Amino acid sequence: MSAHPLILAGLDGDRTWRLQDYVARGGYEALKKIIRDKTPPDEIIAEMKASGLRGRGGAGFPSGLKWSFMPRSFPGDKYLACNSDEGEPGTFKDRDILRYNPHTVIEGMVIAAYAMGCTRGYNYIHGEIFEVYQRFEEALAEARAAGLLGQHILRSDFSFDLFAHHGYGAYICGEETALLESIEGKKGQPRFKPPFPASFGIYGKPTTINNTETFASVPFILSGGGEAFQNLGKPNNGGTKIFSISGHVNRPGNYELNLGTPFSELLALAGGVRGGRKLKAVIPGGSSAPVLPANVIMDCTLDYDAISKAGSMLGSGAVIVMDESTCMVKALERLSYFYHEESCGQCTPCREGTGWLYRIIHRIEHGLGRADDLDLLRSVAGNISGRTICALGDAAAMPVQSFVKHFGDEFAYHVEHKKCLVPPEIQAVGSQIYVSPSC
Amino acid sequence: MLEIEIDGKAVQVPDGCTVMDAATVAGVHIPHFCYHKKLSIAASCRMCLVQVEKAPKPLPACATPVTGGMKVWTQSEAVVKAQRGVMEFLLINHPLDCPICDQGGECQLQDIAVGYGDVQSRYQEEKRVVFNKNFGPLVSSDASRCINCTRCVRFTTEIAGLMELGQANRSEHAEIMTFVERTIDSELSGNLIDLCPVGALTSKPFRFSARSWELSRLRSVSPHDALGTNLIVQTRHDKVKRVLPFENSAVNDCWLSDKDRFSYEALASDARLTQPLIRQGETWQEVGWQEALEFVATHLQGIARERGGDAIGALASPHSTVEELFLLQKLVRGLGSQNVDFRLRQSDFRADPVRAGAPWLGMAVADVDTLDRLLVIGSFLRKDAPLLAQRVRQAVRRNGLQVSAVGPNAEDWLLPVRERALVAPADMVDTLAGIAVALAAKRGEALAEALVEDVAARVGGEPSAAANAIAENLASGEKVALWLGNLAVQHARGAELQVWAQEIARLGGGSFGFIGEAANSVGGYLAGAVPGAQGADAQALIRTPRAAYVLLGAEPALDFADGAATEAALGAAALVVALGAFDAPSIRNVADVMLPITPFSETAGTFVNCEGRVQSFNAVVQPLGNARPGWKVLRVLGNLLEISGFSQETAEAVRDEALGDNISARLDNAVTRVAPARTVVTGLQRVADVPIHFADPLVRHAPSLQKSGDAAAPVARMAQPTLDALGLNSGDRVRVSSGAGQVELTAVVDDGVARGCVRVAAAHPATVALGPLVGELSVERV
Repeated sequence: MSAHPLILAGLDGDRTWRLQDYVARGGYEALKKIIRDKTPPDEIIAEMKASGLRGRGGAGFPSGLKWSFMPRSFPGDKYLACNSDEGEPGTFKDRDILRYNPHTVIEGMVIAAYAMGCTRGYNYIHGEIFEVYQRFEEALAEARAAGLLGQHILRSDFSFDLFAHHGYGAYICGEETALLESIEGKKGQPRFKPPFPASFGIYGKPTTINNTETFASVPFILSGGGEAFQNLGKPNNGGTKIFSISGHVNRPGNYELNLGTPFSELLALAGGVRGGRKLKAVIPGGSSAPVLPANVIMDCTLDYDAISKAGSMLGSGAVIVMDESTCMVKALERLSYFYHEESCGQCTPCREGTGWLYRIIHRIEHGLGRADDLDLLRSVAGNISGRTICALGDAAAMPVQSFVKHFGDEFAYHVEHKKCLVPPEIQAVGSQIYVSPSC
Repeated sequence: MLEIEIDGKAVQVPDGCTVMDAATVAGVHIPHFCYHKKLSIAASCRMCLVQVEKAPKPLPACATPVTGGMKVWTQSEAVVKAQRGVMEFLLINHPLDCPICDQGGECQLQDIAVGYGDVQSRYQEEKRVVFNKNFGPLVSSDASRCINCTRCVRFTTEIAGLMELGQANRSEHAEIMTFVERTIDSELSGNLIDLCPVGALTSKPFRFSARSWELSRLRSVSPHDALGTNLIVQTRHDKVKRVLPFENSAVNDCWLSDKDRFSYEALASDARLTQPLIRQGETWQEVGWQEALEFVATHLQGIARERGGDAIGALASPHSTVEELFLLQKLVRGLGSQNVDFRLRQSDFRADPVRAGAPWLGMAVADVDTLDRLLVIGSFLRKDAPLLAQRVRQAVRRNGLQVSAVGPNAEDWLLPVRERALVAPADMVDTLAGIAVALAAKRGEALAEALVEDVAARVGGEPSAAANAIAENLASGEKVALWLGNLAVQHARGAELQVWAQEIARLGGGSFGFIGEAANSVGGYLAGAVPGAQGADAQALIRTPRAAYVLLGAEPALDFADGAATEAALGAAALVVALGAFDAPSIRNVADVMLPITPFSETAGTFVNCEGRVQSFNAVVQPLGNARPGWKVLRVLGNLLEISGFSQETAEAVRDEALGDNISARLDNAVTRVAPARTVVTGLQRVADVPIHFADPLVRHAPSLQKSGDAAAPVARMAQPTLDALGLNSGDRVRVSSGAGQVELTAVVDDGVARGCVRVAAAHPATVALGPLVGELSVERV
């Protein structure tokens, strides 16, 4: 098994979120070394580039490259933001990182701030996980008290302060520019890019935004070396990745695996499909990623390039497993409802189109589908995708396009027979409240 | 400059412009809704999607910066497909109620749907319903029609300067609303109606009264403030139905203030005079024009003959046209009198003998954009000159203009005021002197010799901290201007304020001038409607009552520096001839003859705006009833009186005679020294604003404007320390008394009023009894 956890390593203790525990696991060594050696920022960024770390929030943009975009000689404040607004259905990795290992995120952010010359940072934490926000605040207090954060970090000339900021539950605030607006106290609505945050971010100042897991990977890269991190994964897909596996498996949860691990291994780690039923489909990267049928996903390795080649996205690593008891129309109806409710309402195609999509699918699911509904679904989804300010429009369109593409016959059956291809009694079994065998 | 290609056409465009700007240069139209050239970019409607070479997705033209060598297609198959897709989305939840929508015929959604919409909708679900909001008496809301372009939101925040609207909620539940239980109270709110590309925001007064295609469009000029806003007046069946802006980037851009837009309602007011009337004891007799004019001529001639020309005085509203003012002064002078004035709210005329020319803004309105320092002296800038204030606001936002202020008032202008000297009226001259002294010291220059003595006597010690800060601010500027506002003009020592403003401008290397109170505040001077050396000015004509008065377009109680005294002086006269568009109690009480003359919409005329821009206009409708253009009435009267030079055939002929060729040579703010007037203040000083919707007879008779927040009844505003000293609480009913009389008002705490001052609005029937705009008041609990 190619599992070499970095972020989730050593988290079987009692109070792993405490500074003392983190330091005992070797925490803050990377930061201390940097401060002690006065490592030049360029070297840190070079190390990041060598690591092959790609953004863990979903888009998979090379993190070292992103860091290098920050203007060096900009006078005045530069900002750093951590995106812990983990709202994507199926994703629950950042919550556990912050819950059990918050200091690795703090250390990662301090190193990032050092490398990019940021003076101020915010960790924007999803509104529904308030206890995690409180725990992070405690961790910040610990770090400040230990001189790891604030003015003159570890008695050096380097100062950086970090604040926790909790959202109020809007999915759109996980979009990086909406997140910036929200931090500024405005309504969370994405900004049109360009200008990009690296030149015009929080309060119009240069800003870099990374995902929680991205920051959490930084301490290892700096202490173990970029190359070592890269070697854990595949070329262009460095390091480990936390997969949040949910749905019809026996042991749902977070699993940290090397990138490039076959999907079948992850499924085995999660105890296989529950009830021994047949795998039907998998959404490999959070609800926005296109769904893949069982035969396609079973041949895939879990890394950015392979999943992309298979026609989907690794995204945030939220693996949603659906077995044969699943009605794909009902599953899509639920997803579409989510995007309909969470569209920010700013730009036309998303505001108007997501509701339309949901209503068509709702109609089909309830036996009121029409002969041309599948064409209409494709057309409406096509009119949304690629035409909106942010990626939410694409995120709403992709599930529709992929469900209709791979499971079109199920939709057609619904329209024609006014009922589901999967008999209700089988669906009922699959949707029973599940109690893990190990509990 | 960058060279790019749009639809195969090569165009040169400036660096930093967007594809939308470039398309405008190339003469290519790109459909859009949320984009507006005066507002920030939202890029949210997605109607302006275009195809750009090497871009994987269509890009919004409004937000995409141009790069060298860029190739753009605006009509390709992919573009049209994207735009049709957006159009379909915009229409799915739109009620499509064009037949009952006021926007029909001038609706961007309707127009663009013709090109990009389908005959039938594929959307067969239920449509969204959004509840209408109460946005106040001027703007009507039909929220279900809204396409969420947020132009209105951006307008209130960016142009009007106050965030009054926002988009609440997400997804299709998103809707435009005000803050809870608030209406839109901006004095620029009517522009929302023009900005809204659909029928979601329409004009409440105009609602359901005509279809846009039935209306004629005629140009005119606003008769209200001194900016000379350019108008399009829309008429049907010889009635003015509504007023829209005529875009003029040098004057009003594409905006109107609410009074420019909605005062037209007064044109159809029941209070309009439509027939000449002659007093018969306590009653009024309707008479024909011939009889009325002969009556006037006979009596004026009689008084001139028996008591001399000096027994006749003429007082004209500064909202009158150049033609009216010119003929009026000619008439009066023909009767052997020099007593003519149009500066009705002014009380200090000591500058008259020492001024070089006609006071004006001292600069072009468009040059506000180039200023970096502005000192505003004695002005209620936002309400007195809403669109000039808007221009200043944009200059602050875009160009970093820094504004400072001197005056007894610090109400919110919705723009940052860098330094402020909040001082009582009696301290304003000293404050300006202090600024001049501090500025001279900073510049290492000497004060003008004539003023040195005044400074020694007046400022004595050091300039105040605020004066120093303002001087510092002015000294750091490259392009400096000083503006004297209405309060400075109406000030008891306005002439001295002018002298000191001149000195500060000299030391600061800048210009100085007057914002101007009314449409013809400059034109009145040019038309000669001011007393000559031997004549009596507006104040003297009231203080020393005359036997006969000719009143042009003004109400004695509301349009004068001292309404009560004006009523008394006119009431005692043997003859008062009132030419005006409206009947009013204070005219009826004093007049012997009322001659109905037409307002701006029914006459040809000319206004000269604050920057000296001569703007002539024609009548847009026929005169109401038997009302006649003022210039024609005065011309006939001149003929009846057998005064020479009253043979003009057209308004243009009158204008040319009045203004000559070169008016710019006659605009000059220079003054020589005025001896300081020593005043001893013992009580509370009055700060009198002229509320925006009471400033002239037209707005006072416009019903919708009278329902707006700006038409609220006057109160007695005082700073908290002033209230404390009087033992009063905000909300108490108080008796406010002056030497002239007393009124009962509600005391309201307002820390935007200088200490020791009471701000009580003028030009309102409820406060006429207080008499002069300037002076002392006492306040006690009722």
